[in-house]
Amino acid sequence: MFDVLFIGLSLSSILLLVALGLAVTYGAMGIINMAHGEMVMLGAYVSVLANIWLGANLLVAIPIAFVVTALIGLVIERLVVRRLYGRLLDTLLATWGIAIILQQAIRLEFGLSFFGIHVKGLGSGLQNVPVPQALQGTVSILGQDLNAYRIFIVAMTLVLAVATWAVMYRTSLGMKVRAIIRNPGMAAACGIDVKRTNAITFALGSGLAGVAGVLMAGFKTVAPDMGATMVVDGFMVVVTGGVGSLFGTIAASGLLGEFNALVAMVSNDIIGRAAVFAVVICVILIKPAGLFTFKGR
Amino acid sequence: MNMKRRQFLSTAALATGTLAMPGYLRSAFAEGDAIKVGALYSQTGGLSVVEKMLASAVQMAASEINAAGGVMGRPIEVVTEDGASDPKTYAEKAQKLVIKDRVSTVFGCHTSASRKAVLPIFERRNAMLFYQTHYEGFECSPNVVYSGAVPNQQLGNYIPWIIEKLGKKKFFIVGSNYVYPREMAKVSKGLIEAGGAEWVADEYLELGHSEWAVMVNKIKESGADVVLSNVVGDSIISFYREFINQGLSHEDIPICATVTSEIEIAAMGPEYAAGSYTSFPYFMSLETEANKSFIERYRAFVGDPAATTYHSLEAAYFQVFLWKQAIEASQDTTAEAIREGVRGQTYAAPGGDVKVDEDNLHCWLTPRIGQWTADGQSQIVDEYPEPIKPLPYAAYGEAADNLFCTAQGLDSSKL
Repeated sequence: MFDVLFIGLSLSSILLLVALGLAVTYGAMGIINMAHGEMVMLGAYVSVLANIWLGANLLVAIPIAFVVTALIGLVIERLVVRRLYGRLLDTLLATWGIAIILQQAIRLEFGLSFFGIHVKGLGSGLQNVPVPQALQGTVSILGQDLNAYRIFIVAMTLVLAVATWAVMYRTSLGMKVRAIIRNPGMAAACGIDVKRTNAITFALGSGLAGVAGVLMAGFKTVAPDMGATMVVDGFMVVVTGGVGSLFGTIAASGLLGEFNALVAMVSNDIIGRAAVFAVVICVILIKPAGLFTFKGR
Repeated sequence: MNMKRRQFLSTAALATGTLAMPGYLRSAFAEGDAIKVGALYSQTGGLSVVEKMLASAVQMAASEINAAGGVMGRPIEVVTEDGASDPKTYAEKAQKLVIKDRVSTVFGCHTSASRKAVLPIFERRNAMLFYQTHYEGFECSPNVVYSGAVPNQQLGNYIPWIIEKLGKKKFFIVGSNYVYPREMAKVSKGLIEAGGAEWVADEYLELGHSEWAVMVNKIKESGADVVLSNVVGDSIISFYREFINQGLSHEDIPICATVTSEIEIAAMGPEYAAGSYTSFPYFMSLETEANKSFIERYRAFVGDPAATTYHSLEAAYFQVFLWKQAIEASQDTTAEAIREGVRGQTYAAPGGDVKVDEDNLHCWLTPRIGQWTADGQSQIVDEYPEPIKPLPYAAYGEAADNLFCTAQGLDSSKL
């Protein structure tokens, strides 16, 4: 039973990893960021490239990926998203377009492949990142042999969730963001630089996705289209948890991950996944705004 | 009647066209009278990584044949189309190749889904498809030449070997959820029971699924002493990684795979597969002059000094030579001529001799078992002395003395 709970915890943490960034961009800023999965993908590629070109291992790649994807997020916000605040469906289409561009950029090696130049680590092929020796194999906890890398992911997710919570609820930036969630006009009237705050928030969300990408690279294949399915899972968690509620996102990922593991264990993974979607549908039917909501104006 | 009139009209039109052409053009046309063939592989989409390699192998074979004087003195012209990893696109492009480009032969398809999508077009329009990927069998089309392995060539040697040589008695069968793994599992179960062993589970995961925690846990708990994997695609990589990371080892519970090739091993990192097995007629590690030269030429052709070769790639290459020999045998390029000409053709492929079966147009191949080593290559641990007959209906009781699929077509009364 303990090992099933651990697998559930691991599935939850993977869901939460992707959803954390979305909780910030979608939950806080009201942008349906379809390029979020591609930010995860870019993070994974940063770890591939850092390994090939800098000899950096997975742990070193984490801060690099955070900075790189946050900067890319900042650029996207400045060029595209900034012009689309308040236009929910337009952000969906625009960021979807960005997602396709990013995928192709990696696939075509930023266009260099047209000139016959090939960058090792890019292109349409599958890439892999070596996992540090210490994180391979198993660790014995309470008489159970548990997957060391999964423990590492659970721990990292915990750290990131606490860090995100601290930023949102214990810093002045977080207070501004929360003020903007409630009422952007009023926040601006109180002297909050809404544009600047939004830009930083979007960069933060993208950076979190980048870190998720590095961690994913350790046990998934790295490929240009790896982000597409993740963004679906991410939205599923955020919507179930309640848009704008960080705690809701954490609770939803825990619920869905554990439920997935339990059902998959007694039946199989295909039914497990279907059952997760059934739970999501039920939650949305009963509580359309998600598990945890706040009163907005 | 209608058909005849159309044929007459087109012949007449062609004749007039030829007459109207200036003399110099006419002779140039006659000399450069290339034989057009289609190469239908995904150049884009999720399957493009693998299928582009297959397309290169076909191109390479064509360019080698052209350099050596062509087919009956005529050069091959390869018309490349993109199947875009989508069966519907495959059907459209096959139609285009067969109807508009009027090719009598297409080399192509990779997944069974894409082959099934184009099959009706080839049968209705009477054109030939050369298909190189190992597949599940259960097909008997007079319009397809299959150069890849069928289950009896991958499993017929494999399962008894696992039971006798590895001494394994409890199989955990796992696969991706579609027709190939399910048919492979069906054949395996028969062989496992015949060998006096048992199978403890037969589990499936969605195609492309990459979360293996639960499945590997089930393998751990099942008490199985060997895993038979028919998992395909990206999933393979996360499967092997999770397998090692949950503390299982190929020494105790080896993964014996039917799909895992040099390509996937390189993508997962060879240390995760070291010690596991795969059954294929061809491995990159084959120590023959023909294979070394093949690898060298392939690497030069694609301009990548580290390029990898594997079973389907080799089959994609040698099938073009079988096609060439078929045309030369019957001195004609129509589908009928190729079909009759290709029966019984033999060729010294990079992986050893191959022969097209007279009955079912599948290839005689040599079953081999490779054990993966830490450098991402394999060590051949078992090998048949010679190629064996392909039996596409082995799962349903087909045997060499009781054929279901013959030159007359499928005898469905036996199914």
